[in-house]
Formats: sequence, structure tokens, C-alpha cells
Amino acid sequence: MSLSAKDKATVKTFWAKISSSGEAIGTDALSRMLAVYPQTKTYFSHWKDLSPGSAPVVKHGATVMAGVGDAVAKIDDLTSGLLSLSELHAFTLRVDPSNFKILSHNILVVLAIMFPTDFTPEVHVAMDKFLAAVARALSEKYR
Amino acid sequence: MVAWSDQERSIITSIFSNLDYNDVGPKALSRCLIVYPWTQRYFASFGNLYNADAIKTNPNIQSHGTKILHGLDRAVKNMDDIKSTYAELSVLHSEKLHVDPDNFKVGPGAPAAPRTPSLLSDCLTIVIASKMGSGFTPEIQATFQKFLAVVVSALGKQYH
Repeated sequence: MSLSAKDKATVKTFWAKISSSGEAIGTDALSRMLAVYPQTKTYFSHWKDLSPGSAPVVKHGATVMAGVGDAVAKIDDLTSGLLSLSELHAFTLRVDPSNFKILSHNILVVLAIMFPTDFTPEVHVAMDKFLAAVARALSEKYR
Repeated sequence: MVAWSDQERSIITSIFSNLDYNDVGPKALSRCLIVYPWTQRYFASFGNLYNADAIKTNPNIQSHGTKILHGLDRAVKNMDDIKSTYAELSVLHSEKLHVDPDNFKVGPGAPAAPRTPSLLSDCLTIVIASKMGSGFTPEIQATFQKFLAVVVSALGKQYH
């Protein structure tokens, strides 16, 4: 299920529309992930405040979405483009890769909330495939 | 037995009482067929599903989408015994329709084990999120996904 030329074009066009809301998207997606899937909180035990919209959540949401934006720019070769991020996730953060799906799902929910008319089924499938491809690239260095 | 707090009950009844079943049902089902095209295998007799536009305007998909929402309504009205409410529907999905139960599963996560991609439940969540906008808070999302998880589990119960 690799990204077709059409998928890439759809992702780039949609991203251009939404990227200025990157921080808001990231904050909301992360907040939802922590609230709806409490097991994900285990990765953030070093944060004082895990409540939706708290300072560490806002900051980290922005970080994550900046990474997604970077991935959009490197959409033609995610594996090499996201190499150092993969090493970070594999060796330092050691996030169980099953969690990538969880965050992706919440990003999609936020996109549906914030961009109800633009997030058509066609955009949805392209974004879902893209986030899955990003997750695969991030998992590269795990083992 | 699933335990529902009063707040969870009111969240679920409120979501469903504000839904247009004829709109949300078809939108969720057609989204599922577009985003996860392999699910079209269950609708071979429904006519033209060749592209997204055909799916969105297919009258059989529209009426089936509505039917699905009415099916969920049964669970809303019987939240304390969803399992037996769906026993017959579970048999139907298993014996007659031969639907892979992974197709209706709820989002990734829930208790520890990683899940296979969730299909119809995800699409329903997304359609309702787009309808409710910021009113679809993280807490409401959690309750709604819990509800769908119970429904899905009941639908899978009679498979063997």
C-alpha cells in the first residue's frame, strides 16, 4: 500500500491548507490520545501535567506536527528522510510502534473536526496512507 | 458485564439523539468503502462501486448505511445488555454475511494489545467528529469509542 502520485499530491495540497494550524492540530491530537488511550500516558511520566491543552502537551504537539510537516516535504523518500527520527524513536524513545496507529487515528479525528468540508473521504484515505507510511519509516531502525 | 456511568449513558444518548441517521449512516459506510477499499468485497451485489463518486451516490449503500445506524440504535436503547441484543446480528454477520470481524473493530489501543486497523468504527467516529466539531471533546470521544468497542465485541461473540 505505497503512496501513489495522486496520494502524494492530495497530501501536499491538503497540508498546504492546514499547516498553519499545525500546533493546534498537534495539541488536540495528543490531548485526545492521552485521554482516550490512557496507556499512552506511560511515555510521558516525566511531565507534570498531562491534561488536555497543558503546556507540555502544547509544546509536544507542535514538535510532532513539525515532524509530520517535515515528512510531507520528504514524501518521495520517507525512509531516508526520516532516518534520524527513526533512530530517535528506536533507540532513545523506544515507543512501541503500535502506538503510531493510535496517534495517527487521533490526528485524523482532529482533521475531521477542524476541516470538516476539506477532509473528504478522498483526502482521508490519502492522509491515512501517508501517516501509515510515516509510521513505517519511523519503525525502520527498530530491529 | 460492561459498566456505564450515568455520564457515559447521557453522552451516548445525546450523541444519537442529535444525529441524522439518514446522513451519518451513509456517510460513514461510504467513507469506509473509499478509505478501506477491500471492504467492498461484502457489497458485490450492491451495484456500481467503481470510484468514490459512484460509492457516494449508490442508493444501496445509502440505505444500508442508514440501516447500520438503526442497528446501533438498538445498542443505545439497551446499553446494559448489548451482548444479547446483538446475539442474532452476530450470527447473521458470521454465518450469512461472512464479515471478517476485524472490519468493524474499534480504534487501535484500548487494553494493551495492538489492534488491527479499525474500519467502520473509525469512519463512524470521524464522521461524527466532523458533525460535532469541537463539541466532540476528548471525553466524549473516549465514551463513544468505548460504546463502539462494546458493540463490536458483541457482534464478534457468535463467531466460531
